[in-house]
Amino acid sequence: MSAITLSGRVGRGVSSILRTWLLFIAILVLWEIVTRAAANTFFPPPSKIATTAAGLWFTGPAGHLFLTDTVFDNVFPSLGRTLGGWLIASVIGIAVGVLVGRSRTAMDYVGALFAFFRALPPPALIPIFIVLFGIGPGMQTGSIIFGAVWPVLLNTVDGVRSVDSVKVETARSFRTPKGYWLAMVVLPAAAPKIFAGLRLSLSISLLLMVVSELVGPPNGIGISLLQAQQAFDFPLMWSWLVLLGLLGYGFNAVFVAVERRALAWQPTGGRN
Amino acid sequence: MKRVFRSLAGLAVFLLLWEGIVRAGLVRQEFLPPPSVVFATLFQLLGDVSFLRDVIATFLAWLIAVLISVAIAVPAGLLLGSIPGLRASTAVIIEFLRPIPVAALIPLILLLIGSGPDAKITLAVYASLWPIMFNTIYALGEIDPVLLETARACGTSKTRTLFSVALPHTAPFVFTGIRLSATIALIAVVSTEFLAGAELGIGNFILEASTGSTRFDLVLADTMVTGILGFAINGGLELLGRRLFRWNTADREAV
Amino acid sequence: MSTMLEVSGLNHRYGTGEKEHIAVNDLTFTVEAGQLASIVGPSGCGKSTLLRCIAGLIKPTSGTVSLHGDRVDGVPSDLAVVFQDYSRSLFPWLSVAKNVEFPLRWGSLSKTDRRERAQEALDQVGLSGVGGKFPWQLSGGMQQRVSIARALARRPALLLMDEPFASVDAQTRFELEDLTRRVQRDHGSTVLVVTHDIDESVYLSDRVLVLSKSPASIVADLTVGLPAERDQITTRESAEFVSMRGEVARLLHGKEAVTAAGDAAEWELAEKSATADVEAESKTG
Repeated sequence: MSAITLSGRVGRGVSSILRTWLLFIAILVLWEIVTRAAANTFFPPPSKIATTAAGLWFTGPAGHLFLTDTVFDNVFPSLGRTLGGWLIASVIGIAVGVLVGRSRTAMDYVGALFAFFRALPPPALIPIFIVLFGIGPGMQTGSIIFGAVWPVLLNTVDGVRSVDSVKVETARSFRTPKGYWLAMVVLPAAAPKIFAGLRLSLSISLLLMVVSELVGPPNGIGISLLQAQQAFDFPLMWSWLVLLGLLGYGFNAVFVAVERRALAWQPTGGRN
Repeated sequence: MKRVFRSLAGLAVFLLLWEGIVRAGLVRQEFLPPPSVVFATLFQLLGDVSFLRDVIATFLAWLIAVLISVAIAVPAGLLLGSIPGLRASTAVIIEFLRPIPVAALIPLILLLIGSGPDAKITLAVYASLWPIMFNTIYALGEIDPVLLETARACGTSKTRTLFSVALPHTAPFVFTGIRLSATIALIAVVSTEFLAGAELGIGNFILEASTGSTRFDLVLADTMVTGILGFAINGGLELLGRRLFRWNTADREAV
Repeated sequence: MSTMLEVSGLNHRYGTGEKEHIAVNDLTFTVEAGQLASIVGPSGCGKSTLLRCIAGLIKPTSGTVSLHGDRVDGVPSDLAVVFQDYSRSLFPWLSVAKNVEFPLRWGSLSKTDRRERAQEALDQVGLSGVGGKFPWQLSGGMQQRVSIARALARRPALLLMDEPFASVDAQTRFELEDLTRRVQRDHGSTVLVVTHDIDESVYLSDRVLVLSKSPASIVADLTVGLPAERDQITTRESAEFVSMRGEVARLLHGKEAVTAAGDAAEWELAEKSATADVEAESKTG
């Protein structure tokens, strides 16, 4: 590649990044100006939120990467529950989804049940989980798993069932054994749909983390958010809120990057 | 027909298992009432006027939220989708706003709007905007260029093309988005009622039943009502979508 | 020459009662080892059903299929199929080389042997350098070649091809036809090609089985008298080719014309007798 085209490419890349973030930065600036002008305690300006957040999370000892105890006591446990719950839900969802999807009639029996469970608002199930696990991390992780399993499961079933008939015949014509059939044909064929389900269940996991923590101690981002609101400490409350937004964005971005690599074989190059 | 029977069979097995586990004493009855008790309570509730008022309150809030959501998200999606430059830059903002869990906004909304129906509706609208917008934008990007070229070759004006080619083509996707939004909106409304303690509503009912003298049969019965409502909405819209868009052969979202 | 494939009294029915559709009606034929035979018939006559019965993908309602003496019950292990729709038959998430290796994965070959075999197969179909590419990066003709290579990697005793060249353009079709002949001669494998293209069936094979329209039954079994060395241009000009294809064409279309005329005659007769009945009734009534 010649130097000219390389720099052209870099130039184009930089300008597209700038364009994308330009509007974002513009809105950020606007937000700052408007909130300063309004001087409403409910809406502190972004600069105030940033300083509060920095003080809250990043003024710890150097040995801990400058992270404060708050981070260790609240952020990490929440993250652990969210991601842990999501992973468990994903494994269960894919495994059960493959089992149900492989059978032609299984879905007839349980399809309506699954749809019903999916329609249940996860927050409304919190009381049930409190009963089963008591208030605490068990309940929180449990409700995350229960809420996040459905999109994965249903999408897996759909993906497994809609494997191209020509591929089915091809695999049969080679007498493909069950194990190879599942691992090398069914799962890759269903992968796009499974990934879509995984993505949705990741955002549901985050939501349930917050909800389950709003309801109960001992620690977590959700309860910190609530406590800040109850103490009328708005910069603090907004700090936690912004953190949630960042987490959601971060999870999504990482997921999309992984998905793009995993599904790179698609003719459209793993386009979203 | 076979499918209906099979669904009922599956349901029956599930209920029997549930009944069996409780009666066998594996779980205490106060904590997890068996289906027989729950269904009895459910029928009782259906005759209770105050409960019906709760249901109607939730339903109305949901309906208003969905209508507002559609009214905002469809035009916004069309606008953002047809102007490529705009789409790229707003994408980042949307990617930040979308993942914020609705529940996290409850404290804020409660402060701003109080705990009446407005709070529920606002949150539900916020939560349910995204699927519609996304599907609309996605659909606009997916229009087969051949269709557009054919229209252009026939000398169709740009607006005409929008209305008679682009819109009908995107309609099924938009409809799927609306269906998803409707489900999310219901969840949002009930969640807000539950977490914020509204005056009326199914979620509020669950909250009251689960605090104080915990009556789990009420909780479960009420949860069941919510589930049935959500199931009916989703199923109904799915059927409607299938009839309206019978000609559609494109792949639609599974969930 | 020994018999590789023996089809005897093959019948296949879809549905029952009123909705019953007889796809294949009492087919009996044999294919010798090392032969390249083709089955020609009009669209929808049941050729695909026949192929699937032979491959063991469908269990026929009655009749038997034997491969080198063994009854076919389910797909035999030394058989391979090339499907018409290559874009849907190849696995897009595997590279070309991995696609070709696929049928060898659960065999007794070591990894290196597998890779060698796959490369060998790709060389044979003229795709030596594309192992690392993905199917969507290749043209239609090349994809079908990959399909053929995949079938060949197995070194099958019988190679079945279901309208293999129907989805490629004419030029590519000629190349692939020559490729098939060459590969069959090099391997000495038995090949059975199902096609609706009359010219192709004559050019390609040593033997042509002509099927009637649905339900399929054998109308004729012709030996192709063309030399073993064939060329797209000169062979297709030759008198032998022209007369052969004419004969097949007449068998295919001529029979339809005869049947149509027969149908028309029957209809007339039926009408006449119906009106006669009505007149008779009105007289007595």
